[in-house]
Amino acid sequence: MFAHVTTHNLIFATRFEKCSIKLTATEQPYGCKAVKQQKQRTMSRPVRFNIHPKEADIHDNIAIASMPEGLQGEGYFATNLEKVVGLARKNSIWPLPFATSCCGIEFMATMASHYDLARFGSERVGFSPRQCDLLMVMGTIAKKMGPVLKQVYLQMAEPRWVIAVGACASSGGIFDTYSVLQGIDQIIPVDVYVPGCPPRPEAIIDGVMRIQELVHNESLRRRNSEHYKALLGSYGIQ
Amino acid sequence: MSLTNDIVLQKLQAAFGDAIVNGGEPYGLLTVEVPKADIINVLRFLFDDETLKFRFMTDLCGVHYPDEAGRELAVVYHLHNLEANVRLRIKVFTSIHEPDVPSATAVFPTANWMERETYDFYGINFVGHPNLKRILNVDEMDYFPLRKEYPLEDQTRTDKDDEMFGRG
Amino acid sequence: MDQNSAIILPEGSIEKTTTTLNVGPTHPATHGVFQNIMQMDGERVVSTEQTVGYIHRAFEKLAERRPLYQITPITDRLNYCSSPINNMGWHMTCEKLLGVETPKRVDYLRIIIMELARICDHLICNSIVGVDTGAFTGFLYLMQYRELVYEIYEEVCGSRLTTNIGRIGGFERNFSNTAFTKLEKFLKEYPVALKEFENLFNRNRIFMERTQGGGAISAERALAYGMTGPNLRAAGVDYDVRVHNPYCSYQDFEFDIPVGTTGDNYDRFMVRNGEMWQSLRIIEQAYQKIQGFTGAEAEVYHAEVPAYYLPKKEDVYTKMEALIWHFKIIMGETAIPKGEVYHSVEGANGELGFYFISDGGRTPYRLHFRRPCFIYYQAYEELAKGAMLSDAIITLSSLNLIAGELDA
Repeated sequence: MFAHVTTHNLIFATRFEKCSIKLTATEQPYGCKAVKQQKQRTMSRPVRFNIHPKEADIHDNIAIASMPEGLQGEGYFATNLEKVVGLARKNSIWPLPFATSCCGIEFMATMASHYDLARFGSERVGFSPRQCDLLMVMGTIAKKMGPVLKQVYLQMAEPRWVIAVGACASSGGIFDTYSVLQGIDQIIPVDVYVPGCPPRPEAIIDGVMRIQELVHNESLRRRNSEHYKALLGSYGIQ
Repeated sequence: MSLTNDIVLQKLQAAFGDAIVNGGEPYGLLTVEVPKADIINVLRFLFDDETLKFRFMTDLCGVHYPDEAGRELAVVYHLHNLEANVRLRIKVFTSIHEPDVPSATAVFPTANWMERETYDFYGINFVGHPNLKRILNVDEMDYFPLRKEYPLEDQTRTDKDDEMFGRG
Repeated sequence: MDQNSAIILPEGSIEKTTTTLNVGPTHPATHGVFQNIMQMDGERVVSTEQTVGYIHRAFEKLAERRPLYQITPITDRLNYCSSPINNMGWHMTCEKLLGVETPKRVDYLRIIIMELARICDHLICNSIVGVDTGAFTGFLYLMQYRELVYEIYEEVCGSRLTTNIGRIGGFERNFSNTAFTKLEKFLKEYPVALKEFENLFNRNRIFMERTQGGGAISAERALAYGMTGPNLRAAGVDYDVRVHNPYCSYQDFEFDIPVGTTGDNYDRFMVRNGEMWQSLRIIEQAYQKIQGFTGAEAEVYHAEVPAYYLPKKEDVYTKMEALIWHFKIIMGETAIPKGEVYHSVEGANGELGFYFISDGGRTPYRLHFRRPCFIYYQAYEELAKGAMLSDAIITLSSLNLIAGELDA
């Protein structure tokens, strides 16, 4: 037979549907307007943090990416290939969340509906390095984990970007110990560093937006250039 | 008659005599010291005895006292009698030149990883452990980092500017 | 699901060997960095070997270098999903050593914060068990409530996740009205969301068939492995540190301990759900009690121990004596008695213990964290033996392994 939980006098939910605590009219921490009465809903809705929400006007609220400069005519638009490719790439980055510790939980909060990284095109997080563009290293990397991180980086296909989220990934953070790698840039090249311990989701989003700028402005030749090869060479990567 | 620290101490001393050294009751937790040759018998006695019933091992850790000659390394066991709600702390001391202590895994399977961690940090060799190898540090590490003579920071760093840290 | 059915090979077939599968340190299903090298017989797990230490940050060595207040930020990073519990546990250990008694109002405020942290941890664990069985929605809806709890933490201590909350003897500031407003909002909205979550999972046939029977452990084996917390309670043993060794005035509260029967994944899930309800009950009681304090008592938020409690920031920035005291306390120059103390609290994963040996100096001589995750992860081999791979993964996530606590 199936097992079930036996509890001592545990009564689910019914006692809380009639919660005795009410928000009194005198508690107005944010301002002076009267609290709008919300219709009693039976389904729980995502939490709204504005106690006085304004009705959202969506008509002017949709952001459309701006067109690159180019020559336009009847039925054609000529522009720079790099700009088009940059535009397409930057709004469809597939991140690989390499989450090791506390920053990973803030990343989960960033991916969740309140901060929603998916708005930036990063809807599909992948865990296979072969399929991803952006390696997000979030959390402390210990020396034991270093080779694993390098393996994952090597498996990624060009073009690839790396963002070091959090103090531990950027520089070892508060852990200046024998077992912690003092920053992942000891072993792999990093494009953007996001400081914080852990960084707020807004900071992580800012980091992703900087990566988007880098992606947008990157030359198509960069990955084959001598400069880039020398950079990788300095890390021992062919 | 409920189990108290005095009864525990009495029964231990009745069974093992002078081997048990009473370490007092710091903050209410009875602490005794046992020589390493007897530790498994003591643990087994505490486990099997029907009034003592210390059948849960809460913790096992090591301590390094570099100043005490012949007793540098200590292994501290915390036991708990869940039914009578009595705790006990047992200490075993050993010399740093012969850091061999019998393994408690035969009595408490939970001691497996705890002993591996203690070995990893202090180099205490648990005799009879099924798989004594490093658990938290890298396998190639050749020293025991939590001993007092080793520093906290990684000494091979070249990028830290001592001037900035006030050590220049 | 029948774990004992072996694959019967026909007569004369070639003896087969097992395949080695590395469920490596980076894997979406291991929520954290630990590695299992599994020997597989087709889809079934024959044995696993766990490797931990991929995030070993040497907390215990670090603690030997830091005075008491500087250790609080590293205790945050043990079980980072519920860091206030770790912080409070550490402050209580220091208070035990220093002989500091906290007033009742401080205890009740601490309990509110600790139970909120427990709810946060359990909600992540349960929603991730849902994600691993394929149901992503529960996770998204419940994570919103973590955001509300983060707002409450921000009102109290300024930080969301790694809170570094509190002081030895109490809190850094009194809870503001906004904090209580947000708490009321949470108490009103979270039960509705949790009920919805339970409607989705508890009697869901797919979920039940996936989780029941998997990762079962008997009470004797669980005790032998040193399991504590919801994993042990799911196996049938009602050991809870809050009841057995009450700390922080838990004895003033009325709450039940949900207990399972077989210790399988479903029981662990249900026990965590039950514990969330009990935590809500405790928070409600604590809030009523706090509202019962009037006059001067309602302003108490710390014990009067000027030798260990950091002075108010307004004074530190304006008065010389307060600045000096602040510096001395942070650097550990106030008197710390010699002694050794072991104090444990009921963390979200079990008995989180702090074994603190002090030699009278500024920093601990030895500080050892009794980390529940580290101790019960040993049991994983026994739990996953014979299971199919997907069910072994669900067992892994239902154990609620937090890598920070595993490796310390």
